[in-house]
Amino acid sequence: METLSNLADGFAVALTFQNIALALAGCFLGTIMGALPGLGPSNGVAILIPLAFTLGLGATPALILLTSVYYGAMYGGRISSILLNIPGDEPAMMTCLDGYPMAQQGRAGEALALSGVASFVGAFFATWGLVLLAPQLVKVALLFGPAEYFALFTLAFATLGGISATNQAKSAFAAALGLGLAMIGVDTQTGVPRFTFGEVHLYDGIDFLVAIVGLFALSEVFIFLEHRRSAAEEAAKPKIEIGRITPSWKMLRYCTPTMLRTTVLGFIAGVLPGAGASLGSFISYSMEKKLVDPEGKTFGKGDPRGVAAPEAGNNAAAGGALVPMLALGVPGSGTTAVLLAVLLSLNITPGPLLFTQNPDVVWGLIAALFIGNFMLLAMNIPMVGLFTRVLMVPPRILMPVVAMISFVGIYGISGSSFDLMVMVGFGIMGWVLRKMDVPLVPVILGTLLGNEMEVNMRRAVTIADGDYSVLIGSPLTIVLWCVAIIGFILPIFVGGVVKRKMRTARDKEASQTD
Amino acid sequence: MSDRIFGGIGLLLALIYAWQATIIQESFLSDAVGPKTFPLIIACILALASVYFLLKPDPEPTWPSYGRLAEIFFAALVMLAYAELLPVLGFLIATALASGYLTWRLGTPPLQSVVVGVGTSVGIYIVFKLILGLSLASGILGF
Repeated sequence: METLSNLADGFAVALTFQNIALALAGCFLGTIMGALPGLGPSNGVAILIPLAFTLGLGATPALILLTSVYYGAMYGGRISSILLNIPGDEPAMMTCLDGYPMAQQGRAGEALALSGVASFVGAFFATWGLVLLAPQLVKVALLFGPAEYFALFTLAFATLGGISATNQAKSAFAAALGLGLAMIGVDTQTGVPRFTFGEVHLYDGIDFLVAIVGLFALSEVFIFLEHRRSAAEEAAKPKIEIGRITPSWKMLRYCTPTMLRTTVLGFIAGVLPGAGASLGSFISYSMEKKLVDPEGKTFGKGDPRGVAAPEAGNNAAAGGALVPMLALGVPGSGTTAVLLAVLLSLNITPGPLLFTQNPDVVWGLIAALFIGNFMLLAMNIPMVGLFTRVLMVPPRILMPVVAMISFVGIYGISGSSFDLMVMVGFGIMGWVLRKMDVPLVPVILGTLLGNEMEVNMRRAVTIADGDYSVLIGSPLTIVLWCVAIIGFILPIFVGGVVKRKMRTARDKEASQTD
Repeated sequence: MSDRIFGGIGLLLALIYAWQATIIQESFLSDAVGPKTFPLIIACILALASVYFLLKPDPEPTWPSYGRLAEIFFAALVMLAYAELLPVLGFLIATALASGYLTWRLGTPPLQSVVVGVGTSVGIYIVFKLILGLSLASGILGF
């Protein structure tokens, strides 16, 4: 009951004219960013953080804007999956399998509308899940001391690569790199400068926003430069008829059980560490296929349920991923890591205290998610034609705009050329790391959480008078360490298998449709 | 081979990092752990991961041709020049030049690139400066 009254207060916060306008703008921008290949949710949110910041928005409005972008991008990812067979972002990969065949049969509009509804169902119920589960998790998190937090951060890094990671050494390298970057600057506890090489600009450390925008947005520009296609290839894109854009009631009823089942699965995948939206949509699709179409007669050939399942799953996972981020302050996926950056740059420390100290922020945000969901549904069904037109903007025009907006945002925060150069450096580094198959998310998370992690370790040991065994001194820490170790080691044995399954599922279906 | 080189660089990085960590000046008012311990742990992880790359490299990634590498190099150079010249030239001119160059290299015909570059610059200026009221670098011309 207390939760419901909190939620009502949240609606009171969210339902101001400014916040509704921001949610609308965020949903709209997010859908576009999700739809454009190469601009996923993490990129989209990353570019907009500095802008939200320089516009001088307060904490709640800024969060509302950016989480609307996050949800919007999750919706938008499906559009290019269905129309072009190119996933707009990674979680939308599974939507290609049945979405594109439907589009080839002239049912693109139906597929878009159905996936819009499925996204709504997934996101809507996942937001309820967030409302119910997060306060419970907060109660557990309040028992955490510094030692437990240190173990929890380690757990987050250990499981971040996810169950499908193939090379854990690369994840570990990425995490260490990010943590190492976070150490640059004046040590918060003793006041001595570290790794600054006497450069005054480095005394306050590297702004994580500079790192995020460089690693995500600029490296994307370099990737496009590398894979530039000739004009003839670009013109050869297939033209797809949209068809009717409202799904029939019959089809919706037919897909309802699918959507509900996969929403639950996706939500669980989102909450658990190391899973995230990509795995959520994969599990949803394969479970649904096993359940309703074990012989593979219709799935992969344009079965509407094959569109509904991954979309409900990935949007539910997106909502689920917010649970650990808000309640513990430890994100489990790339985009929630970027959302954590939003909170940190607004001087809000996420975690259990957020719910007691800034209830207006949390519940305002959750209410905004509900509102955003309805907006997205309303936007995505009738206006889907508009979004498909965005796909016509060629990357050769789009990518420079993305780069320039990134520069504008970062320059707006600091007004220093030095930061812009560091950002270009991060862009190059991001490109190299991506070529080397080193995941970027642990780097980001490392720069975000590095100082917090060190502070917790030092606090725990200092309280115990220099006794390091305190780090494994309580039952709770031992559990967390065990989960961390298992989460790190398990993918070494099963990661290759899971990854191969995800790939072959996609390749097999693709070969059937080509 | 790429992974081995990467591992070598990583190992070097870890060593430099560890060395830099050991020369951190300690304050006389320090906590029980001090400012060196955590960086040293990080250096250890970096080193271990790098050694793994040296011993068990992944299959070679597909590197772009020299032409494309040069493309990326020059794009980065243009961006660095942009960062340096932004306060001097002002937002409108610098952005038109940089985005014109990028769109040209991404495959827009030269004349059209000029139009796209100017369009991008003016468009961002209108949206962010005139509508949203952000402060953009004004430069020598004063706008």
